[in-house]
This record gives sequence, C-alpha cells and structure tokens, in this order.
Amino acid sequence: MQIRKLALFLSSLCVAGAALADITVGVSVSATGPAASLGIPEKNTFALLPQTIAGEKVKWVVLDDATDTTTAVKNARKFVSEDKADVLIAATATPTSMAILEVAFETKTPQIAMAPLPPAGEKAGWVFTTPQNFGLMAVAIAEHMAANGVKTIGFIGYADPYGELWLKAITGAAEGKGIKLTAVERYQRNDTSVTGQALKIMAANPDAVLIAGSGTPAVLPQATLVERGYKGRYYQTHGIANRDFLRVGGKNVEGTIFPVGPMLLAEQLPDSHPSKKPALDYIKLYEGAHGPNSRSTFGAHAYDAYLLLTRAVPEAMKKAKPGTPEFRMALRDALEGVKELPATHGVFSMSPTNHNGFDARAAVMATVANGDWKLLK
Amino acid sequence: MDLQIALLLGQDGIVNGAIYALLALALVLVFAVTRVIFIPQGEFVAYGALTLAAFQAGKTPGTLWLLLGAGLLVALIDTVNAVRSGSLGRLKRIVLWDLVLPCAVAGLVLGLEPGKLPLAAQVALALAIVVPLGPLIYRLAFQPLAAAPVLVLLIVAVAVHLTLVGLGLLFFGAEGSRTTPFSEARFDLGMVTVNGQSLWVLGASAVLIVGLYLFFGRTLYGKALRATAINRVGARLMGISATMAGKLSFTLAAGIGALSGILIAPITTVYYDTGFLVGLKGFVGAIIGGLVSYPLAAAGAILVGLLEAFSSFWASAFKEVIVFTLIIPVLVWRSLTTHHVEEEE
Repeated sequence: MQIRKLALFLSSLCVAGAALADITVGVSVSATGPAASLGIPEKNTFALLPQTIAGEKVKWVVLDDATDTTTAVKNARKFVSEDKADVLIAATATPTSMAILEVAFETKTPQIAMAPLPPAGEKAGWVFTTPQNFGLMAVAIAEHMAANGVKTIGFIGYADPYGELWLKAITGAAEGKGIKLTAVERYQRNDTSVTGQALKIMAANPDAVLIAGSGTPAVLPQATLVERGYKGRYYQTHGIANRDFLRVGGKNVEGTIFPVGPMLLAEQLPDSHPSKKPALDYIKLYEGAHGPNSRSTFGAHAYDAYLLLTRAVPEAMKKAKPGTPEFRMALRDALEGVKELPATHGVFSMSPTNHNGFDARAAVMATVANGDWKLLK
Repeated sequence: MDLQIALLLGQDGIVNGAIYALLALALVLVFAVTRVIFIPQGEFVAYGALTLAAFQAGKTPGTLWLLLGAGLLVALIDTVNAVRSGSLGRLKRIVLWDLVLPCAVAGLVLGLEPGKLPLAAQVALALAIVVPLGPLIYRLAFQPLAAAPVLVLLIVAVAVHLTLVGLGLLFFGAEGSRTTPFSEARFDLGMVTVNGQSLWVLGASAVLIVGLYLFFGRTLYGKALRATAINRVGARLMGISATMAGKLSFTLAAGIGALSGILIAPITTVYYDTGFLVGLKGFVGAIIGGLVSYPLAAAGAILVGLLEAFSSFWASAFKEVIVFTLIIPVLVWRSLTTHHVEEEE
C-alpha cells in the first residue's frame, strides 16, 4: 500500500515537473576565465529574467563554461541530453560559441550566441548572434571620419584576432569612404610601453588614429600618444565601453570618439530611437538589482537573446509542443522570421542569409566628456 | 628614423631596462643564495603597484588579507614545530614577526584611510604590506625544500607563481590600474622631453643598485648572503643560518619587485598579470649574466629594454618574439664559453 502511494506520488511529481517547465533554455556563459568580465554581467542578467515567456513557463539552466571550449561543449551536451533544452543561449566568447555550434547543428537545436561569429557554412543555419559585428561598427567610424574631414588614419591594435578582425573591418570601411590607412601597428594587452609604435604613427602623421583594444588595455596607446603630443583625432572601438576605461584613462581619454550599441547611452537617446524603450527597461531591471552605473553592454546582449525568444516562442508554439524536435525546428524558423524587433542594441530583422539582423541603427557614435560617456548627435 | 626618434626610443628603452635590471638583480640574488629560479618575482611588481592603486581608489587591497593569512599560517606551523622540539623561547619571535607585524600593518591601513595620506606614506604602507610576503612565501613554499634539486625548486616556483597570479585576479580584478605620478615635471633637453617619472625610475634604480652594492660589500648580513651564495655548506660551518639567508634574500627580492611596480605604475597600466612578462624580461637579462654576475645581468637587462623599444618601432607585431629570441644566441654563447659545472649535492 505504502509503496503504491509513493509511486503514485512520484509519478504525479514527474507529470507536474514536465508541466511546470514547458520551455527549457540552456545557457552557457563564461563567468570565470579570460572572458569573465563579459560573462559575469550576462550571468547576472539571466538571474533577473522572468520565469515565463508569452505565458509559458520557462526553465533557465545556467552553467559556467570558464571560457573553455571543452567545458562549453560538455555544457551543451548536458543541455541537450539531460535537460532536453529547446534552445541554447551560448556562449560569451567567439571560440566557445563556435564549439557549441557543433552540438547545436548535430542535434538540430537553435542557438543564440552572445559573441560575433565568423561565417560557418551550412551550420550557420542554426545559430543567431546578438552583438553587432565589427563591420557595422567600422562603417559607423568611417562615416564619422569622412564627415569630419579625416583623410588618413593610423591604426594600433592588439596583436591577436581582435586586432586582426578590426584591421580588416576598418580597412574595408575606410576604403569605401576614400580614407587611407597610413600606419598599422600592433601591441600586446599587457605591454608596459608602446612608445615605439606611437612614434611610428606620429612619423606617418595621420589625421586620426584608431585604437583597437578593449577595456583598460586600450588606454596605454592613447596615453602614450597624448603624452608625445599627437594632436589628431582619437577613435576607439566599442570594446572600451566599461567604467574601468574611464577610471584608468582619466584626462588622457577626454574627447575620444567611439561607436557603441545604443543601450550604453539609453537616457541620452532621442525618444524616436527604437532601442530607447527596451534599453531603459533593461537598465532599470539590471541597475535596480546591481546599483547605479552597473550596466554593461555585454549583459544587454544576453537580454537581447531573451527579447528574440519573446518574439519567436509564441510563433513556434502555434506549430508544435516544447520538448519535441518539431518545436526546435519551428523555433529556428520563427527566429529566422523575426522582423523589426526593437532590442537594447538595435533592431533585429533576420533573414535566411543574415542571422544577426542588425542595421545602422545598432551603432551610435559617442565620446568621452568630463569623465563620462556622451552621445554624439 | 631620425636622431630624435632614436633618442626617444633610447630613453624609453633605458627606463624600461632600468626596471628589468632591478628585477634581474633580484633574480640573480635569489638564485645565488637559494638556487630558486624565482618565477614569482614579477608578481611582487603587480602586487606593489596594484596595492598602491587600491589605496588611491579608496579600497582596501586584498594583499592585506593575504599578508594576515600567510602570517597566521606560518605562525601556526612554527608554533607547532617549536612546541614539538621544546624550544619555547622561539615563540616570542614567531608571535612578533608573523602575527604582531601583519596585524600592525593591517591596523595602520584600516585606521588611516591611506588614500588621503601623502604619496610617500602610501608607498611606505604598500611596501609594508607586500615586502613581508617575500619571507612568508619562502617559509611556506621553499624552506621545507631548501635542500631539494634546482628542478624541484623551479617547479615549486611555478606553482607559487600560478597561485599568486590567481590571487591577484581575485584581489584586483581583470582590469588594470594606474597611480598618480611622483612628479608631473617635464624637462626639455634639446630634442627630447623627459618626464619626471622616468627620472624617478632611473634615480631609484641607481640608488637601489648602489645600495645593494654597499649592502653586499660593507654589512655583515650582506657578507653572510654572499658567503651563502658562494658555498652553502662552508657558510653554515661558519655559523650562517641558511634559513636566515633565504628569508633575507626573499625579503630583498620582494622589496625590489614591489618598488619596481610602484615606480612603473604611473607610466603604464598595471594588470594583475603584468608582472610575469616584466619578470621574464628581467630573467632574460639575468640569463645574459649567467645568473651569477650582477653587473652583466644589469647590462643585459638594459639591452633587453633597448631591444624592446627599437623592435616595437620596427616590427611591433613581433616585438616579444625578437626579445625572447635573444635568449637563444646568449645560451649558445654561454654554453660555448663556460665550462659546465656539476651541481654540488
């Protein structure tokens, strides 16, 4: 008798469990390791997201991949086989996202990556990305340069894929505007001196210089150039959009011009900007929990992934039930069909050939004024 | 390249080289006395700089907790040892050095709001936190293995390095910091502008090098260190404690490292892992000196600084490759010109 009761109880629990967690989202972020400064705000964002999408219960399964591709794949396998995930939001960094794409493609599970990805051939059909690609940002920079009479630029960037991708992006964008690249220099993230590179750039004497670094390491080239008396314009990339850059840069980085997702400067956006409302919603949610000025553009990429789901899930629900391969297929199709969805970093309009979906509205130009970010009109 | 650029690069190279030279001297000193290839040397650079930066940002540096923790651990181990061997007389010294001293430093840091003190006092406090870590690390990691082969000591040094880098990330975060310069002065010397901070670096390096020279030549402790470096067994027979020599050399190394960090923090951004590369370049300098000669090590380090400055001008993408490739011809030359001496065991 006892055993039968227990069995009944357990089976009812199972039914209840299945009914409760209708949609399962597997989330892999780099909360530790080299990409931790990006992964931590993302992780914090997932903790704040609602437990329902379009009235359906959602189960967020969040794991740390330590910026390690092996761990990322392990996480993805666990999501698909144990949690029966309907969609993966993964991952923080480009290499980990690429690794997870293998699993997503093999198991036919849609994936939303929070890092820009290089072209992935047939596999690309299953992955969508939320950050702006570098080309979009580079075009915004080149337009600003052309509008301000810049004819020649010097480039100093990381001696790694970040610097390489930016060099490619800016070379293409600048050519389109008739701007010439007259000096290309490289440096390492933890170099203690870039005097040699700065002198080389000053010898070429370009109208402007673009520094392709991220966070505080982007300060050193600019500080060195300022100290050596370079008088041209200073451009940086959206990699500098964190408070530590302002703290370390101080007066050396005043007047720096850089492209960034509109989310960083939500309050300063005109009311007509489609990103203003979602960005303010997100900032209220995030800064309400983590204090004023705690916003990060990376956490917003995670929130944009959630926004994509709020649009795609109701569409997919019409065609199939969560937990089935049909639902995953329907969700993939629905994501590809997202049109004119305002998000914190821009407006998504996906197509079979464009799984990022951002256009020029996803980049605004900003500057550093009085130790704070300021939107350029 | 014209003369002005060459002068500017030369100036940059010499300033960086001066820091590498200090670290090279510390590496030679530690290796000569304890046979430890002191990989964690660079961590003291980062700890010194970031501790000072934490003061200026109005934060309590995490290194303070490390000092208290390490002090407590050493006190426990030493107390157990002292009780076991029945030499209770040592207890007073253990309590004084491993508990009272760190607690006094902690009291000063927590009580004084170091960010508001004059710069000299901030520097003194930062040194008071970081320098005692040297002998504490020696006591914890190396003293129990003092007689082990060089390879074992090297492996332990790598482990200590990884631990300290990890702790650095925990204490200071992934982003870097800068500190306020000692002097904002600028001097125009014809074609070249020299800033005050570079002169501080050069001046402090010169003072330290002369100081070390006098310390080794004129003081009893310095002579004891030299004796230990030349012949460990002989020195022991003369009543020089190997433990004392080891602790003293680690104290000096930690002091030199922390001071180097404090000197470069205003001219560059220092990260939790900056120290490793800086230390490694000092190591290349030390290798040029064969890990035994102080003047050759210092000269080698200046050479590394100059090579780095000029290669960052000519081929910035390959700068590190060029600097570290230097070690190969140096090793070839050394192995051809010096006779291999079997390690005394």
